[in-house]
Amino acid sequence: MEKRFIYADNAATTRVSDKVLEAMLPYFTTAYGNPSSIYKLGRDAQRDVEDARARVAKAIGADPNEIFFTSCGSESDNWAIKGTAERLAKKGKKHIITSVFEHHAVLHTTQYLEKQGFEVTYIPVDEKGLINPEDIRNAIREDTALVTVMYANNEIGTIQPIDEIAQICREKKVIFHTDAVQAVGHVEINVHEQGIDMLSLSGHKIHAQKGIGALYVRKGIVLPNLIHGGGQERNKRAGTENVPAIVGLGVAVEEAVKNISEKAAIITPRRNKLIDGILQLPYTRLNGDRDKRLPGNLNISIEGIEGESLLLMLDMNGICASSGSACTSGSLDPSHVLLSIGLKHEVAHGSLRLSIDENVSDEDVDYILEVIPKVVERLRSMSPVWEKMMKGEKYE
Amino acid sequence: MLYSEKVLDHFSNPRNVGEIEDADGVGEIGNAKCGDIMKMYLKIDDGIITDAKFKTFGCGAAVATSSMATELIKGKPIEDALKLTNSAVVEALDGLPAVKIHCSVLAEQAVRSALSDYYTRQGIDPLPIVGEIKEPEE
Repeated sequence: MEKRFIYADNAATTRVSDKVLEAMLPYFTTAYGNPSSIYKLGRDAQRDVEDARARVAKAIGADPNEIFFTSCGSESDNWAIKGTAERLAKKGKKHIITSVFEHHAVLHTTQYLEKQGFEVTYIPVDEKGLINPEDIRNAIREDTALVTVMYANNEIGTIQPIDEIAQICREKKVIFHTDAVQAVGHVEINVHEQGIDMLSLSGHKIHAQKGIGALYVRKGIVLPNLIHGGGQERNKRAGTENVPAIVGLGVAVEEAVKNISEKAAIITPRRNKLIDGILQLPYTRLNGDRDKRLPGNLNISIEGIEGESLLLMLDMNGICASSGSACTSGSLDPSHVLLSIGLKHEVAHGSLRLSIDENVSDEDVDYILEVIPKVVERLRSMSPVWEKMMKGEKYE
Repeated sequence: MLYSEKVLDHFSNPRNVGEIEDADGVGEIGNAKCGDIMKMYLKIDDGIITDAKFKTFGCGAAVATSSMATELIKGKPIEDALKLTNSAVVEALDGLPAVKIHCSVLAEQAVRSALSDYYTRQGIDPLPIVGEIKEPEE
């Protein structure tokens, strides 16, 4: 078996596409003007920033003046949540609703707000990693300022019932924000039709560079600034525009939303083959609903082994993957997402996430399915946990 | 996670993996909830550790520290093994990331736990010789 290099961690980040890079390059050395400058070099930069804004808006069904460029998805989340909280606290609304398995960019922001005197309700998810919209309805109060629920989960890829949640929020006249960092380019999004008030997106998940994101804010919602300073972004987000990154984001988002269903038609069968192949190993389970998930995502718990060891061994075989084990989260606890769907700690430690895109070929899938059983067998053979599991079976 | 070449070497080619069927001392430390378990087997003749083997469930550092700990005590008198510290294991591996230092403590304690079992089997109270075995905090 010849060693391959397979990048199967697209939920972590993606390669900048050739088309995006090509679009960006002139803005470093020839079209480097500051969009705030009056001369042509500056005016041209401003024109191209506005062109990128229009592309991003079109891709998600928004108007260009509803798009604000930020430095990343985390900034977008922070701005949407802290901004809404600050604005509505003045009207006596100090309650926020979110889910237990949000990205830390949301969870740590709401935890920060709790320390500032806000009350936060964390909606649980079911064992398949899905939120029940009725739980949101029941949690909404007179003083609820904001509901923020992720579009698709970053670890287990489950796609949440965003339309229903948005509808409930509209009925109850509560602002609805969604972190769509993992969803953009993988599911069709139309913020106006769906009734989404605010949406965060990130460039590097969709083949733009790291360090660029955007926040959609529906017309009529006025967010206080998170970053104060110059008059960029219509006075709402200071800092000289990162013109090459913004231009790259415009191209990347446009490309990402093209042919979403065609891409899914290629990726989904390969993803399913990986799921079925890995699940043939004993003591494995798929985490997250099988159908209501991002096309390229799979997350499987492999009992008796620990995730970081698995990743290191996959890396030695040229496969880049991810895990929700404590060792990879940098704490003693495994991923809060895996715990939220009811996994025991010891099962969550042995989780594997693969996030493939269309560049992971059928041959790559076969290679992954050859490597994983060997690596798992090797780790299990040296695992005292596996030994106990096997003895437990024998003496039952 | 920045691992030294030596850590990666001991992870990918761990020394002394396995079990000793007629071991004179067996120790286990850690729990699956925390994500690390080490099981250490020792063969002891005339006060000399003639063989050491381990099984580990855990991260790259957990495997590498187990492997290195067995290397450091094999062929040595018990007294030397009792003096094995986690920092000696870390040093032998050319360092560990700060968040992984607890793995080296686990390796040190796994050796002590196996020695404790050895003394118990000999009918000797291990506590004055080996001391308390520190289980990792949950």
